[in-house]
Amino acid sequence: MSASNGGYYLPEPSHWPIVGSVGLFLLLGGFANFLHGGSWMVMAAGGAVLIYMLFGWFGTVISESQSGKYNAQVDMSFRWAMGWFIFSEVMFFAAFFGALFYARMWSVPWLGGASNNVMTSELLWPAFEAMWPTNGPGNVGGDYQYMGAWGIPAINTLILLTSGVTVTWAHWGLKKGDRTHLIMGLLATVALGFLFLGLQAYEYIHAYQELNLTLGSGIYGTTFYMLTGFHGLHVTLGATMLTIILLRSMKGHFTSDNHFAFEAVAWYWHFVDVVWLGLFVFVYWLV
Amino acid sequence: MSTATTHDEHHHGAPSGLMRWVKTTNHKDIGTLYLWFAFIMLLVGGAMAMVIRAELFQPGMQVVDPQFFNTMTTMHGLIMVFGAIMPAMVGFANWQIPMMIGAPDMALPRMNNWSFWILPFAGTMLVSTLFMEGGGPAFGWTFYAPLSTTFAPASTDFFIFAVHMLGFSSIMGAINIIATVLNMRAPGMTLMKMPLFVWTWFITAFLLIAVMPVLAGVVTMMLTDRNFGTSFFDAAGGGDPVLFQHVFWFFGHPEVYIMILPSFGIVSEIIPTFARKKLFGYSSMVYATASIAFLSFIVYAHHMFTTGMPVAGELYFMYATIMIAVPTAVKVFNWTATMWRGSMTFETPMLWAVGFVFLFTIGGFTGLMMGVAPTDMQYHDTYFIVAHFHYVLAAGALFAILGGVYYWIPKWTGNMYNERLGKIHFWWSAISINVLFFPQHFIGLAGMPRRIPDYSLQFADWNMISSLGGFAFGLAQIFFLFIVIKTIKGGEKASGQVWEGAEGLEWTVASPAPYHTFATAPEVK
Repeated sequence: MSASNGGYYLPEPSHWPIVGSVGLFLLLGGFANFLHGGSWMVMAAGGAVLIYMLFGWFGTVISESQSGKYNAQVDMSFRWAMGWFIFSEVMFFAAFFGALFYARMWSVPWLGGASNNVMTSELLWPAFEAMWPTNGPGNVGGDYQYMGAWGIPAINTLILLTSGVTVTWAHWGLKKGDRTHLIMGLLATVALGFLFLGLQAYEYIHAYQELNLTLGSGIYGTTFYMLTGFHGLHVTLGATMLTIILLRSMKGHFTSDNHFAFEAVAWYWHFVDVVWLGLFVFVYWLV
Repeated sequence: MSTATTHDEHHHGAPSGLMRWVKTTNHKDIGTLYLWFAFIMLLVGGAMAMVIRAELFQPGMQVVDPQFFNTMTTMHGLIMVFGAIMPAMVGFANWQIPMMIGAPDMALPRMNNWSFWILPFAGTMLVSTLFMEGGGPAFGWTFYAPLSTTFAPASTDFFIFAVHMLGFSSIMGAINIIATVLNMRAPGMTLMKMPLFVWTWFITAFLLIAVMPVLAGVVTMMLTDRNFGTSFFDAAGGGDPVLFQHVFWFFGHPEVYIMILPSFGIVSEIIPTFARKKLFGYSSMVYATASIAFLSFIVYAHHMFTTGMPVAGELYFMYATIMIAVPTAVKVFNWTATMWRGSMTFETPMLWAVGFVFLFTIGGFTGLMMGVAPTDMQYHDTYFIVAHFHYVLAAGALFAILGGVYYWIPKWTGNMYNERLGKIHFWWSAISINVLFFPQHFIGLAGMPRRIPDYSLQFADWNMISSLGGFAFGLAQIFFLFIVIKTIKGGEKASGQVWEGAEGLEWTVASPAPYHTFATAPEVK
């Protein structure tokens, strides 16, 4: 069809979207059902269908790309789409950063009587002293210790920043057509990504077991785990995508001037990196 | 402009029957799916509105119990916003944007299919909450915490995931529209030559991408507060229920512009056609749309004047809100100026468009009244606000949608609708919607609160009149269904041009538009 459409590739009818919808419906509906005492199996089945769809859909896209069906205009559609997808992710994180700033700048000070809230504090929680971090006037989740910045978080910052360098280094290799260079760079990036995740998991275990810092530790625990947790999920996704790119590079995919999939994942990886810098400053450092 | 190729061959193995619609990657098929889905949801949400008006027909409790009444107001709002108005607009975008900019299809046709096919699943999940133990969500379409967290039924978690799915769909749809507009325009179709409908949707797509993730964020916070012990909206843990309102309205205010900006676009297409003049002030229309979109991000807390906010905040949000009147007035002025000394005729689409300008402006004025913080204290959460947002969303967005359907249905089906029936439908709707909503201004100003199934005796007369208007308006839309089906089945054949005064690429192709249009890009001069 490509020739008759001025070169812009229009795909044939596809069953992948409906498979994805069924998967999503089972995954999310199954999750809600599980939360109310249902079995986890529907959720797992939905997840499996979704993964099947991702393999099938992306597999189709990769084979279309490899067979040269995408021209420069199609490539540009992908670029706009990926860019604005990343922007939507930025806004998702903005909601949670917004919640953190709101709690730190307003709701916690107000609970302590700041602004014109003296009587609220006096009548409800006279003993509460507004400070950060806090688990609130109700001491929700019990006594805890907060997570400092200069242990694992600082190391993790270095790891992610380094991985941003290695992925760029891999890109250089790709651009000058040196496949070994590309693969080495990607291997290093993937390794650093999973190392980050390992350290993050270790930090969570440490927090739960030794600091009594849990998801239920009031607003501090809430924002700490939701922000770092969603970031960790995105790192997992990014590292998985990088792994796919690594495998594709090893199979000989991508040329020095046609490798949008690599660039898309690199953009995503830098996005995850920048979110982490925000986390390091506002969640870990400025406590 | 060159004419488009008109071949309509189906390629080998193209699915037929149901699977054609399930697997389609064609923007026209997907547009049709969106429009039918929206119509079905309009009737479902409309049926709920009928329940509400039946209960409010007389004071006292007669038809449903209060819990179910609250469920109806909640689900009516959610279904109309997310199920009817938004998908209808995306349906128009799918049909029209590629044809208007001379593109062979949307930029990402497979993802386009997924954007649609998530919707029926999300809609099913949302409606299924009605049949769950404990009933459906009954906390209002704004689902304020802690009503939606601590005090909500179990079905709320299904509602949360339905919202997530609707968000995925909207974000993918918006990304597709942006990629299409930026990358698929025919040679010569510069940005400032694009039809205004394309412009308004382009700007709306940015709004969607910016705020749907925030909605996803706020329902995620609800989910974890409800199930995993977080304290976002719990003051005991240092959180704040008011935080919910901030995050929600950061989404919610741009959301109202997401519903109205494409309506502006539709009306800006219809009026020049039937005034037989070019749109007055094209570039100022573009800039006004962009200004409204920008302002929509920085005014949201005018929904929270009675919630408790520092006075400085109330003042800022009041002034910022009133500022929206400026670009909006530019639009109304331009529509009026387009009609001024035009060779006007009043075919059905034009009736809806003029009705839109008139009734939307009434809704705009009541919006100004509520944007003023000290006076808002009086009307907040009364029937006045109900009247206000139904003037902008039902007499506004819905009127534009109906006008748009009459305007483009000859292009879509190849058949002219029956002009007489169309005019009956318009006048029937225009009169009944005013009987329905205008009295709600009075009872609202007199103090009748919204979302309450019973009311005190002095509101009885106007409520009865309002209900009668409501039933008539509901019936008019069933009549519309009849007109649409009649048009699809047959009728006078439409020419490619359809309307004498219409300009734009979509009118250069045959009616009905061939399955693939602009396979070779037209040259735009």
